[in-house]
Amino acid sequence: MLEFLIVLLHLHGIPGYEPSEEDGRAMAKTIEEINEKIKTGKAVVVNAEEMIGIVEEKGSRGAAETVDVVTTGTFGPMCSSGMYVNLGHSKPRIKAGGGLCTLNDVPAYTGFAAVDVYLGCTALPDDDPRNKIRPGRFRYGGGHVIEEFVAGKDIRLILDAYGTDCYPRKKLETLVNIFDVNEAVLFNPRNAYQNYNCAVNLSDKTIYTYMGVLKPNLGNATYCSAGQLSPLLNDPFYRTIGLGTRIFLGGGVGYVAWQGTQHNPTVKRKPNGTPEAPAGTLAVIGDLKQMKPEFLRGASFYGYGATLVVGLGIPIPILDEEMARFTAVRDEEICTQIVDYGQAYPDRIPETLGEVNYRELRQGRVQVRGREVPTGSLSSYPMAVKIANELKRWIQEGRFLLSLPVTHIPGPESGITFKPLQERPIEDHLELIGQEGGRR
Amino acid sequence: MTSHRIVIKYPPRVVDKPILCNLAREFELDFNILRAQVSPETGGLMVLEISGEPEKYKAAMKRLNREGISTQMLSKDVLWDENRCIQCGVCVTLCPSGALSSDPATRLVSYDPGKCAACEYCLRICPVQALEVHF
Repeated sequence: MLEFLIVLLHLHGIPGYEPSEEDGRAMAKTIEEINEKIKTGKAVVVNAEEMIGIVEEKGSRGAAETVDVVTTGTFGPMCSSGMYVNLGHSKPRIKAGGGLCTLNDVPAYTGFAAVDVYLGCTALPDDDPRNKIRPGRFRYGGGHVIEEFVAGKDIRLILDAYGTDCYPRKKLETLVNIFDVNEAVLFNPRNAYQNYNCAVNLSDKTIYTYMGVLKPNLGNATYCSAGQLSPLLNDPFYRTIGLGTRIFLGGGVGYVAWQGTQHNPTVKRKPNGTPEAPAGTLAVIGDLKQMKPEFLRGASFYGYGATLVVGLGIPIPILDEEMARFTAVRDEEICTQIVDYGQAYPDRIPETLGEVNYRELRQGRVQVRGREVPTGSLSSYPMAVKIANELKRWIQEGRFLLSLPVTHIPGPESGITFKPLQERPIEDHLELIGQEGGRR
Repeated sequence: MTSHRIVIKYPPRVVDKPILCNLAREFELDFNILRAQVSPETGGLMVLEISGEPEKYKAAMKRLNREGISTQMLSKDVLWDENRCIQCGVCVTLCPSGALSSDPATRLVSYDPGKCAACEYCLRICPVQALEVHF
């Protein structure tokens, strides 16, 4: 309770956010009480879409009294994703560390102990033509290997090592699958972006981006968020989502491991607490052996690269009226910025072409510079609903208990911002070394 | 009146015959060529939208088959795998003929073979390769 009051005190000082005067006086539930209800099958669990209607009907106070858990979901391309695997030791032994490893010809990172390797979802086979002839197809990369591995298929493993007295073998070629290896873990340094840009192209030629193909002269717009179902948009100040939070990850159970890279909680917010631009992110981890290929899909972005579409869902405990209000957020109350990927994004020009909300985006057309522009989504809303409902079922069946964060991820009060890279000429450093007469 | 989108394939030996012209003259059919290609190995391939009287359309198809020209409905050659599709909707603003669309209420993507122009752009832009073309 003390922690809750501290968080509330923090939130009252956040620019843009306007807490309800009711929130401080609202009834409160503990996570233990909610888990007890889950164990006895008495918990009331709804998805974030259903919560909107409940709060509309009963008010946030009535909804907080009725509902125990709100489930969220998202299913979109998340490029900072990958798996690490302990392959098991061959006879004689081989040391992958410092050597080269490929899985179905896609290179994996070997800079760990003997047989631990990490495969990132954007990795490409050495002989992939990439964008040599633009736009490249990127038909097979790390994300596709992960999907096939999770599906139980055999994968071609090739290891080249330098050989040591304790690990004498220098070459290994074998089939491996997810059942044979010791550990297979999905570990994604940045997932679940809290909001994302709406991308357009002001230039006069078609461009091929991670936001999909963008036609010239505002020919189309793309966006990528589950909006009202998205996890961090339903807990905008990370009150319940933090380190150690148990989540739905790729069809199995996972955990929040840390705040994600590029976590940017200080973005300007609306009175309902939602950020107006990309903000918080999560690093997540989970046992790949429990996951399903339906929720981890290899994907190719024409002219851009390979990636992994990740299914992620987070349950939000309705501890009090404020959480009820947060989880009732609607698409029309969540805004994002329209960004030109023809020039502003690649050249890092901080310029927006205007603001748009997710209801407008989902209706298929938005106004940009007086023109009506058709919209397409990269994130799958129907799959986000499916994930939120799957998680809801797990909780209703008593198979999944909620957890409070072991510690919180940085919120707006942390002052943390996402820094750009400041380039510094290497020559200056070399001169300095010369003046000092040696290497520092 | 009937209207169909079909794929016709013809062997190299008939490449120099005025097939479509004959169809129009003899069977009073209207046709719109959506796509045409000729290669020395596989012969000719055309994607057509043909419209006319149902009986005459049937007779025309029979005539083509008799001459060794295969005909197939376009819907059997362009396949949308509903199970592979992740229902994201990135294709809907890029499909030039509007064959791929998304329901604003359910946000589910659907494919209408009747509108497909067989441009094959979807093969490149679908992130999960949910579309296949078998010409």
